[in-house]
Amino acid sequence: MRNPNQKRPGRGLEALFYLPAAVLLVLVVVYPIVRTTFFSFTRTTLDTGFQSEFVGVQNYLRLVSDSRFHTTLWVTTSFTVISVALEFALGLLLALGADSFVRGRGLIRAFFLAPWTLPTAIIAVLWAWIFNDQYGVLNALLTKAHIVQTPIAWLATPTSAMASIIIADVWKTTPFVFLVLLAGIQNVPRELYEAVEIDGGGAWAKFRHVTWPFLLPFVFISLVFRLIQSFAIFDLVYVMTGGGPGGATETVSVYAYQTYMRYLDIGYASAQVGAVVIILAVTTYVLYRLLLRRYARLV
Amino acid sequence: MRALSKTLIVAFRVLAVAPIAWHVVSSLKSPHELARIPPTLWPRDATLDNYRELFTRRSFGRYYANSFVIAALSSLLCVSAASLAAYGLARTRASIRGIITASLLMVAFFPPIVLLFPLYELVRAAGLVNHPWGLILPYSALNLPLSIWFLTGYFGQIPYEIEEAAAVDGLSRLQTFMKIILPLSAPALATTGMLAFIFAWNEFMFALTFMNLESAKTITVGVATLSGAFTYEIPWGLLAAGVVASSFPLILLVTVFQRRIVAGLTAGAGK
Repeated sequence: MRNPNQKRPGRGLEALFYLPAAVLLVLVVVYPIVRTTFFSFTRTTLDTGFQSEFVGVQNYLRLVSDSRFHTTLWVTTSFTVISVALEFALGLLLALGADSFVRGRGLIRAFFLAPWTLPTAIIAVLWAWIFNDQYGVLNALLTKAHIVQTPIAWLATPTSAMASIIIADVWKTTPFVFLVLLAGIQNVPRELYEAVEIDGGGAWAKFRHVTWPFLLPFVFISLVFRLIQSFAIFDLVYVMTGGGPGGATETVSVYAYQTYMRYLDIGYASAQVGAVVIILAVTTYVLYRLLLRRYARLV
Repeated sequence: MRALSKTLIVAFRVLAVAPIAWHVVSSLKSPHELARIPPTLWPRDATLDNYRELFTRRSFGRYYANSFVIAALSSLLCVSAASLAAYGLARTRASIRGIITASLLMVAFFPPIVLLFPLYELVRAAGLVNHPWGLILPYSALNLPLSIWFLTGYFGQIPYEIEEAAAVDGLSRLQTFMKIILPLSAPALATTGMLAFIFAWNEFMFALTFMNLESAKTITVGVATLSGAFTYEIPWGLLAAGVVASSFPLILLVTVFQRRIVAGLTAGAGK
């Protein structure tokens, strides 16, 4: 790209191009981040009349001893690890065999994409009904196929409620992972596969030495994107189980939302959210070291 | 391996459609038929009563209108601000572009719950609780980083010679942008706008918090909180109809624009 002509009229006004976007981002994103950071070091509650009293790292210390917070961290982490791993494995398998999909007709592709475009809160309603113990279609199909004798109350026991949420999440986001990885696979220079063939390599050698190295940046992007979304999951849990039964599916975002809006403990909720940001930043950095650094060495 | 993948693709297509199809079928059943155990797989007497009740006895028409106004205006605002910024970025020095793009991605990294309370304070202070602009402004801003990223890549591919010719004809930067760049980028602008529209239509947490009056609710919150309005039994027929009705515009958009959505998503990932 060349530099713009220096003598063009209106050159001094160039900064104005950025102005609308900058104003919006500062108001809606930058200021709230700074404010939440500030709150996390204060006591701001109904009792203080929502006046902020500086308390140092007290809120963060409270996180260390709050067993409900520990449970939500564990729930969130297991949800994230299992659902992202499943989406990733399925997305990769789909992308590797996707030739027929690329040639597939538009309507079929649209249907495939549909789960990803639907609102997560609506998807929660949709799956809650499928998992409904009395009228749900899942129990009906399972009893018809004689897999189960009595209907299972999917959303009423801790393990099956978690499994139900994971299934809904995998259903929604596998298409996204698939599309990003497919783009990566289509970027691989075809000659390299021929080179592997000449050397007598099979399908595994092609994947290991050609596809995978080229795929690393796409793996990084889809993983980081999904990790952030999944670790901050709110809508799906809030609508489908409300965090229940007995807190078994309560994620950090749901707990923080309750702490903000129900317990009105703004300082402590901000510290919970701060912990999420720190965890995500560390994970992203580790992934960067593991995936992108290696990619940079390979290419 | 390949056979396995192909089977998986077919299976996934079925799995992607089946739950939605099940809701279409269920939404056409009468309450009496919905209460049958086990459920019937096909409606005996298909009826549109559930839809009729949603739009006449409940405020679904209102939810729909709210969602449409909010999604359309925030998408428009987002694309306008993003295209201006992206044009500036595409025509600036590479070093500056790198720094700004990196900061934009940093901004996109923060989960929405981080912004929730301070934004709520702002929206309340501005008197925008239960007002469409209380969501339009946040949504357009949240969509900016990825929109700018995507459009910068697109504008960068437009040959600079075209702009030189415009300069010779005496057009200013802004005129060049409005009369040359924007028309040339119509497909990219449409894709960006549509993704912003879908995001706004789908957002739940801010909509739940900032809009609490029945008359101000969006469709997503309306459907998700529908069951809470009933004490004794959950109106599954209404819920199924709500799921279908709120998803319909999105499925329509995806069907028409699926090629562009795929291109748009993957263009961003490729850089």
